[in-house]
Amino acid sequence: MVDIFLNEKFVGTVANQNEFLNTIKSQRREGIIPEKLNVGYDHELNEIHIETTKGRARRPLIIVKDGNSQFTEEHLKKLKEKTISWDDLLKEGVIEYIDSREEENTLVALEEKDVTKDHTHLEISPITILGVCTSLVPFSNFGSSSRLIRGSKLQKQGLGVYTQNYLLRLDTDASILHYPQRPITKTFMHDVFKYDAHAMGQNLTIAVMSYQGYNMQDAVILNRGSVERGLGRTTYFKPFSATELRYSGGLMDQIGIPDKEMKGYRSERDYRNLEDDGIVFTEARLKQDDVLIGKTSPPRFLGSLEEFNIDANTRRESSIALGEGMHGIVDMTFLTENEEGNRLVQTRLRQQRIPEIGDKFASRHGQKGVIGLLVPHVDMPFSSRGTTPDIIFSPHSIPSRMTVSHLLEVISGKVGALAGEYIDATTFDSPSESSLRKQLVNLGFSEDGKETFYNPLTGERMEAKIYTGNIFYLKLKHMVANKLHARAAGRIQLLTRQPVEGRAMGGGLRVGEMEKDCLVAHGASLLLKERFDSDKTVLHVCETCGMFATYDSYKNQAICTRCGGDAKVSPVEMSYAFKLLLDEIRSLGIDSKVELKEKF
Amino acid sequence: MSDVYKKFEEKLPGRVIEELKVEAKASKLTDAETTKALNDAVKEYEALLISPGESIGIVTAESFGEAGTQMTLDVFHLAGVAEIQVTRGLPRLIELFDARKIPSTPSMSVYLKSEHTKNEKSIRKVASFLKEMRLEEVSEEFTLNIMNESVEVDLDNKRIKDFGFKKEEILETIKKDLKNASVKETKKGFTLKPESEEINLSILYKLKESAKSTLLRGVPKIIQVLPTKKDGKYVILCAGSNLKKVLEMEQVEGKFTVSNNIFEVASTLGIEAARQAIMNEAVSVIENQGLDIDIRHVMFLADMMTQTGIVRGITRGGISGEKESVLARASFETPINHLITASLTGEKDNLKSVIENVMVNQPIPLGTGLPGLISKIGEKKEKKK
Repeated sequence: MVDIFLNEKFVGTVANQNEFLNTIKSQRREGIIPEKLNVGYDHELNEIHIETTKGRARRPLIIVKDGNSQFTEEHLKKLKEKTISWDDLLKEGVIEYIDSREEENTLVALEEKDVTKDHTHLEISPITILGVCTSLVPFSNFGSSSRLIRGSKLQKQGLGVYTQNYLLRLDTDASILHYPQRPITKTFMHDVFKYDAHAMGQNLTIAVMSYQGYNMQDAVILNRGSVERGLGRTTYFKPFSATELRYSGGLMDQIGIPDKEMKGYRSERDYRNLEDDGIVFTEARLKQDDVLIGKTSPPRFLGSLEEFNIDANTRRESSIALGEGMHGIVDMTFLTENEEGNRLVQTRLRQQRIPEIGDKFASRHGQKGVIGLLVPHVDMPFSSRGTTPDIIFSPHSIPSRMTVSHLLEVISGKVGALAGEYIDATTFDSPSESSLRKQLVNLGFSEDGKETFYNPLTGERMEAKIYTGNIFYLKLKHMVANKLHARAAGRIQLLTRQPVEGRAMGGGLRVGEMEKDCLVAHGASLLLKERFDSDKTVLHVCETCGMFATYDSYKNQAICTRCGGDAKVSPVEMSYAFKLLLDEIRSLGIDSKVELKEKF
Repeated sequence: MSDVYKKFEEKLPGRVIEELKVEAKASKLTDAETTKALNDAVKEYEALLISPGESIGIVTAESFGEAGTQMTLDVFHLAGVAEIQVTRGLPRLIELFDARKIPSTPSMSVYLKSEHTKNEKSIRKVASFLKEMRLEEVSEEFTLNIMNESVEVDLDNKRIKDFGFKKEEILETIKKDLKNASVKETKKGFTLKPESEEINLSILYKLKESAKSTLLRGVPKIIQVLPTKKDGKYVILCAGSNLKKVLEMEQVEGKFTVSNNIFEVASTLGIEAARQAIMNEAVSVIENQGLDIDIRHVMFLADMMTQTGIVRGITRGGISGEKESVLARASFETPINHLITASLTGEKDNLKSVIENVMVNQPIPLGTGLPGLISKIGEKKEKKK
């Protein structure tokens, strides 16, 4: 007796579970039962679970019957002729989708030659064990799994042509690579995926060596000549938007150039790029603080009287302007309406981003690094054939990470570039190292991929031969221009009087618990105090009752409201956060007193 | 001669003086030369002392903290080699410094007196006496016979022979141990009959369970024994710890035998032994992980944990909960409880330690924040003169 559950609900029992399972499965294959139904038998609990709900991860497998794959040569031929499609295979019962529970009852053969009588399914292709992004890593069967995972994750951060209608879109944080290329070393997935249509990355000439120590700790050195010729150059788009919101009382925002008398009016110069409608003109070059969309809003807090007595002067300015350190060219303006029918103005800023020190680059093998130095073309090491590398990669990044695939791509890229062909290095189906070496020799190069290099500064031949070739590199979305931040003084929080957080608001850099511990460990007592002075305040404490006194700035004296004018009140320097803590404790009904002591 | 050393007794630790005495004697130094050597020694010694205002607590915490991030949770196993599983790495360090009453894997290293370590056979014999052996392990089946109101026990003759028991012996111990039941020998084993007036199923069941766990031989709590050779000496590694009972055994060499249960060490050998045990355990974890933490940090922690005569952990119930300052305690764990008790008892915070002063943004009384106080005392003295 086996209990049967339909979508986790008990529906009945059955005596012979195998017969039951086989019936359901064969009927599903025949199309009597919906294809999206899965059934699984749990040996331990002795239960059968039938699932028809959404949200299950399912994957397709070829059905095997009596040791024979249901997918025949005939199917292959018809598929090539395009007389049948994937759906036909599903309907015919050649392929079925299996969910995780049903998978427990299957025995899947990886390849057709492994199929025995016991097998229930056959993998469509061995590479289906990898996902889309992971399949894009060439020679991936030569690397360790952790690096493969990292490599596929890095590819998601690569800049390229992320969508072809990017000119009509307003995506946040969108970048377009200027000269995207097809990788010389590709995998089958690049074809399936139509990688050409949304390519990212470029084929670079790489030299595995160190150069003046500027590529230590995973940094890379780029050839400034290559950069000036367009390597890794991207265009960055940033959208801005303004809505004419409606408020209660028939008030609404107004897009236009604000009046000079307006509350919060910026300087005239800041509005110079606006046209009469209050919107910036296209192709305007903007700098920090320049206004993109001029806007005015009704006053924020209206008294009941003021509501009927609206003066133009009570409106305040609420324009959209460029933030700190931003600049660029206005690319396009969109005038639309939002869902509530309010007028919506959106503009897009365009910026050319030339690789600079600190921009992040990565190969497809989990080898990421930032630019440590941009070297002028003439100062780049050159080979005996006169070629200079685009990128110099540190050899120390290789041994501990064991990214053999990275090294293999250098050779295969070199072979591909020299022979003028694309190399297919699909997982488990890539050209062997020895064949690549043989081809290199045939092309007139050293079989180990190494070449003689010369020191550009002295002209001396380098003692070691340098491993060099071509590899596909990606510029990643993390750019210094988006992250550079420092602050000396700026905005503070209203509640704690401590600096605000975050780059966008010009916030402070936090000295946290562990940083504090470092200063304590060094005994740097006064430095520590100075670091935490950001919210220091002078408070007047009544020495009689220990409460904070009221300070009268007109009379320039502090009076304790509890003890009266005679009580001695002394100024004390402390952090505002501590004052806040005392206040909060008091608000709980606990009296906390400050007892003063002469310092000297 | 000894006058020369007497002057330095307060300036140098006894061990240093003893060492110098031996050296001076060997090199036949004169009194003047010895004094010079002693003065040099004092200079060296004072240079090594920690200066006032050094924040040793934070330095110790950081020394452990930095190394702790590199600790791995992996346990190193050798395939096919008999081992006793011991918690190592960060989890062990945490339970050690938290002073948990019972470690997650209690264990002992038992050393034997030399007459018992002649050959492997004699060691195995002692080891078999160490391991706790209960009736369950030499029996085939326990059945409740409701008709006869008795418990029937079938013994496993093969195992009895293997472990060197005799059936009579077993019956004897059972008779001694189970006083509220009568024992009758049968063909397969024996039957137990409860000697109470009213007999019901739960009484029978309880009898069965207590019969199962009757100790036939060995030290209670020692679940597993493994005789091995460590540094040329025979050791019996035990899973489970019972220091007191093991030390009572005549074959055991008490000088070397150790347990990893700190509280057991403290109750059997005293607080100083517990301090040493904490240090040994911490050092073994550190070394096992291939880390390098100065022994003085470990000593400091062990001192802190044992200085009151009982073992206290670095938890809110232990050392950290006994800080003088309300604010310091509140900033560590469960701030609300501390603030409530402080308000109920009217506590006063004198702002003497680090965290309180960071909170109110005053200079911390450490390092450069400390010497103001010292120079003030000096000034007063000068005035008096």
